[in-house]
Amino acid sequence: MRLVETGNHVVAHAVRLCRVEVVSAYPITPQTQVVEEIARFIDEEGYECEYIPVESEHSAMAAMIAAVAAGVRAFSATSAHGLVYMYELLHWAAGSRLPMVMANVNRALGPGWNIWCDQQDAMSARDTGWIQLYCSTHQEILDTVIQAYRISEDPSVFLPVMVCYDAFTMSHTYMQVDVPEQEAVDRFLPPFRSPWRLDPSSPITHGSVIYPQDYEETRYSIYLAHRAAREVIRRAAEEYREIVGNYHGDLVETYFMEDAEHAVVAVGTLALEARVAAEELRRAGYPCGVVRIRSYRPFPVEELRSLLGRMRTVVVLDRAVSFGLGGILASEVRAVLGGEGPRPVSLIAGLGGRDVPYTLIAERTEAAIRGEAMEEEWPTLALNERHLVSLRGLEALRRGEHP
Amino acid sequence: MRIKDFSEEELLLPGNAACQGCPSSLALRLALKALGRNTLMVVIASCTSVLQSPFPASAFDLPVLNMAFATGGAAGSGLAAAVERLVERGVYGERPTVLVWAGDGGTYDIGIQALSGAAERNADFIYVCYNNEAYSNTGTQRSGATPYAAWTTNTVKGKREWRKDVAQIMVAHGIPYVATASLAYPTDLFEKFSRAKEIRGTRYIEIQAPCPPGWKFPSGHTVKVARLAVQTGMWLLYEHRDGATTYTAGTQRIIQGKARRLPVEEYLKVQGRFRHLFHPERDEERIEEIQRRVDRVFETLEFTHRLKEHIMDIEMLPPR
Repeated sequence: MRLVETGNHVVAHAVRLCRVEVVSAYPITPQTQVVEEIARFIDEEGYECEYIPVESEHSAMAAMIAAVAAGVRAFSATSAHGLVYMYELLHWAAGSRLPMVMANVNRALGPGWNIWCDQQDAMSARDTGWIQLYCSTHQEILDTVIQAYRISEDPSVFLPVMVCYDAFTMSHTYMQVDVPEQEAVDRFLPPFRSPWRLDPSSPITHGSVIYPQDYEETRYSIYLAHRAAREVIRRAAEEYREIVGNYHGDLVETYFMEDAEHAVVAVGTLALEARVAAEELRRAGYPCGVVRIRSYRPFPVEELRSLLGRMRTVVVLDRAVSFGLGGILASEVRAVLGGEGPRPVSLIAGLGGRDVPYTLIAERTEAAIRGEAMEEEWPTLALNERHLVSLRGLEALRRGEHP
Repeated sequence: MRIKDFSEEELLLPGNAACQGCPSSLALRLALKALGRNTLMVVIASCTSVLQSPFPASAFDLPVLNMAFATGGAAGSGLAAAVERLVERGVYGERPTVLVWAGDGGTYDIGIQALSGAAERNADFIYVCYNNEAYSNTGTQRSGATPYAAWTTNTVKGKREWRKDVAQIMVAHGIPYVATASLAYPTDLFEKFSRAKEIRGTRYIEIQAPCPPGWKFPSGHTVKVARLAVQTGMWLLYEHRDGATTYTAGTQRIIQGKARRLPVEEYLKVQGRFRHLFHPERDEERIEEIQRRVDRVFETLEFTHRLKEHIMDIEMLPPR
């Protein structure tokens, strides 16, 4: 079936195809359309699913955890403040080793209120134990949600998976998608099975007090599951291509990297903008490629080492900041390269939905190639009078001029 | 119903890690006897997280999901939703009861939002608040359930505020069943759980749970203190269903004039947490304040009772 749909509605189609049985969610822009559409499927189209309109995101995640513990497939969707509100339970879900999938529409965090694209929300949750997959097209969203259940429920993984995509540029725009046949999805994704569930006929106690002599092993098991997940993600992408026919890369997707000497690394739609920039640079005689990170956790360590180690220039685009360090992705790419290859140039840009045109990416990448870029830049920044007010206020305070 | 009619099956096993005289373990033992083995349980952060014993042992002979502090209502909702699907698929022989077990911190304070949301959605579970009137698990700090004038580690001169009444807040949610219970009236408690089990939707039962180390009384006196709470009117026993409240057991006997209500002092003076009301000198003002408040409640209850009796007498009169 071919549809022209929003990125959000595409998720709802994927959830139904995965035969999810419990959905618990709370409204937040720009995610809300996902769960609205699911609720409509249930009410109007006979989709058999329990929809819990919880009173907060904290509760959304708690309800999901309990539902999966009882033995059913569960889903939620959130964004920004909703995601950070469930932070405690993101840890709880991964720590419980319960497979589930949640869509997160990447949006900025307040204050002030900003509903536009920014990856600070999900990247701040990178250490919770969740697998994080980032999409760049509507078709990829649909296919990734389906793959996410398969990855999540793989016996060597058994961890929750977050499927991330950019606010508005993806969530609210319409694009053409091919919705696979139910039969194909059923072939790719077998019914949910778990080694344990809450069942009166075989009682188990889950999550009680655990002392130091046993706790560390539980964290080690999550660490191992993430290592195993790399191969599972590759296999899921491959088998999905065989059964359904679509492929969007596995841990990474690359553009023009076969003969590239310079590379831009990015996540989400920024990577597609970077692809246009790379085409531009190629026309200007610079052999440039793009590496789009699709699996942020687990991080594509081997892929990045082998792809970037031989580059002459590496530019990393970040739509999130680790305050006190720098661009989150840039610091991680640097850590992975560990001094091999060129010192990556970090571009922090497009925060809170600010436009990052391909022309700007091309310009700063060319500067990096020519050795004229700083190690860390904020190329979309435009400090004006409005923004200098608070800096001047602090400066006055420092001089002791405030009462 | 008599105690000797209770099931002999123990679903909270002996040898668990509870303190001596622990009211939570006693409440669990009685409640689980009434609910039986076909129960799925959520335990949120509380003394019960600890008393079930550390991994890999467990004192529960039931499936138990331990969850984060604020999640009682939400985890119960998720479990109930999954049960709905699994019942539809024929996975269970008989529909299991979903039981959420929480303390007063997890109910009155951090968990009230999730509980209120679940109750408004009429999620299908029994929610139990075992109310030991403080954060006992973290060493006795005040909660929204701590009574006026009680000592806790962060109200060293006695709590300045009156407790709130979550059972009445749950009545205001219009859920199918709300009840309060006491460890000193086990058959009343058992019957309330048995009735709750037969109802679908959100059911709320609050058990007063006198905590020996937190309230500072000898560990052999848990039931005695619980009984004094009811006899002095400091704890009311009732159930609320179909829009009507019925007072039960010791509270009913006082309202009907079949038992004398004891002065609150009898309850206060046996607990170290109220010691400052009596030592080094008697704090007449605060004792009086507490007594007046209980008196006012019972004046209303007794008046309503007499009014009902009177109306029934009129209705029984032959038509003129």
